[in-house]
Amino acid sequence: MLLEVKDLHAGIDGKEILKGLNLRVQKGEVHAIMGPNGSGKSTLSKVLAGHPSYEVISGEVLYEGKDLLELDPDERARSGLFMAFQYPVEVPGVSNSQFLRLAYNEKMKHLGKEELDPLEFNDYLKEKAKIVDMDPQFFKRSVNEGFSGGEKKRDEILQMAVLEPTLAILDETDSGLDIDALRIVAEGVNTLRSADNGIILVTHYQRLLNFIVPDYVHVLSDGRIVKEGGKELAIELEEKGYDWVKTAAR
Amino acid sequence: MAAQIVKESVFAEDFRKLIAGSSEPAALRKLREEAFAYFEENGFPTQRLEDWKYTNVTPIAKENWRVASPDTISGEEKLTGLLGRFNFERNGFTALNQALANISIVRIPKETSLDQPIEIAFEGKEAIATFPHVIVIAEAGSKAILIESYTSSAKSFTNAAVQIFVDDNANLTHYRVQKESAEAFHYGVTETSMGRGSVYNATSINLGGAISRHDIELKFTAEGSEAWVDGLYMINGTQHSDTHSIIDHTVPNCTSHQNYKGVLNDKSRAVFNGKVFVRENAHGTDAQQSNKNLLLSNDARVDTKPQLEIFNDDVKCAHGATVGQLEEEELFYLLTRGLPETLARNLLTYGFAEEIITKIGIEKIKAELDNAVLHRLATVL
Repeated sequence: MLLEVKDLHAGIDGKEILKGLNLRVQKGEVHAIMGPNGSGKSTLSKVLAGHPSYEVISGEVLYEGKDLLELDPDERARSGLFMAFQYPVEVPGVSNSQFLRLAYNEKMKHLGKEELDPLEFNDYLKEKAKIVDMDPQFFKRSVNEGFSGGEKKRDEILQMAVLEPTLAILDETDSGLDIDALRIVAEGVNTLRSADNGIILVTHYQRLLNFIVPDYVHVLSDGRIVKEGGKELAIELEEKGYDWVKTAAR
Repeated sequence: MAAQIVKESVFAEDFRKLIAGSSEPAALRKLREEAFAYFEENGFPTQRLEDWKYTNVTPIAKENWRVASPDTISGEEKLTGLLGRFNFERNGFTALNQALANISIVRIPKETSLDQPIEIAFEGKEAIATFPHVIVIAEAGSKAILIESYTSSAKSFTNAAVQIFVDDNANLTHYRVQKESAEAFHYGVTETSMGRGSVYNATSINLGGAISRHDIELKFTAEGSEAWVDGLYMINGTQHSDTHSIIDHTVPNCTSHQNYKGVLNDKSRAVFNGKVFVRENAHGTDAQQSNKNLLLSNDARVDTKPQLEIFNDDVKCAHGATVGQLEEEELFYLLTRGLPETLARNLLTYGFAEEIITKIGIEKIKAELDNAVLHRLATVL
């Protein structure tokens, strides 16, 4: 089992948001977590990534059989966990290539593999950039600084491509994207999708799932998963709206 | 006489030797004597003086320094005239510098563009006080890059002065890098005089010194000139770094930019005091000033005071200062990409300083600084 979330209760500022969440993800699977605003989608992403502001009240998260919650955010990342941010952070003065090379080499170090020097890495990065149709001019620019919404999201997927995570959580990656950008991002994710990794798509809208077709759909409401099904569940949700599941949950 | 000897500074004997063995022109000797008398009367500045409120130089004053014997120069009339324009009464350091000055001259001939940078380098030595005094004349229409660097691996005392004359339509890029040891004492002053239509682009990097102070005074003397007076101080441990700057718009239609950044770790302490004067007839002035500080520790402290004094309405001026810490969301973002916390903090710190470092157009120096900044905090955190 790649990821196993058992009866997870978590929150922020003393407020419980996740109220007993269960989730199981195997390698090779794409899971969509859908839900209305305030249902706990972002909290789940942040807790899995290890954001210091969120606290776990009870429950368990096993990643490849080990206790994920024991690990610091950077240890989680080096172990193969990746979260694409809903709002990617701007890091002035730090170039994309510098940042990505450091991150890549930290992971290689962790795996006991050889690190890349700047020239070697540049070649590697150029190859990866094709996946999201990214102009190499971006490499020299500061991380996300002055990027449009679409560019930021593409940059997140580029980072995913570079770091080759075993488990990727894409937090509202479709938000703020026009249809062309959405297509590029989705195609990037589809290219990276493989039998060796698992992907969790956290999204409010069904739109993204037209491009990245999930194996499973989970509907989150008030901190719990209230409905599960295949890709057809997303379409049903789109037609009937979230009130339908909320009512069904009661 | 006996009473005077008791009060004499540790520099008096070396000063007498210098004068006795000197074959310098009388006018130059007179400048030295005048300055030394000023120093003997006033001594090193004390914290009672407003400009020295936050900087205690007692540790410098109480050491028994030996003076590196200066090379006296045969001198020329013009040199004495230029040295005579140096404001030795600025403080005890500048007076002592003029008295014991080891003078050298850099002259960039008119209408000449130098393709190689000019390098002046000074190395401090244990228990020795050195008094470099460089007069830089960028003649009309010339273009050059000047690299001024200070190193030391010991408890040394460097008291340096650089006078710069950027003549009409000259263009001078000036990198000043001070990376002396953390036990060294450093005082330096840069006086710049700007001619008509001249361009001066300065970047000062201050990394070293137990106590270091850099005084800057830049004066526009004719219209249509532009100056950048930027810098970075990056200190840790118990280092103390002080920058006092005066940018003086005395004539119309000149532009000045000042961007100083500070990174402070541990119990280090920095002072930034930047005055920009826009005099009565200096219409059309554009003056921008900013001082941003990053505190990496709760025990670090910075006292920053950007000041604009404007005596003309037809000007464009802005100034500001900030003191902050690393952004938690930026840190978390880097952590989620697998960077260990120390590296993530270093990288963000580098990002803060990058804007200044990147101004250094000489790849060798820039790479060295990149490295120094990126790895500086690694052992501390």
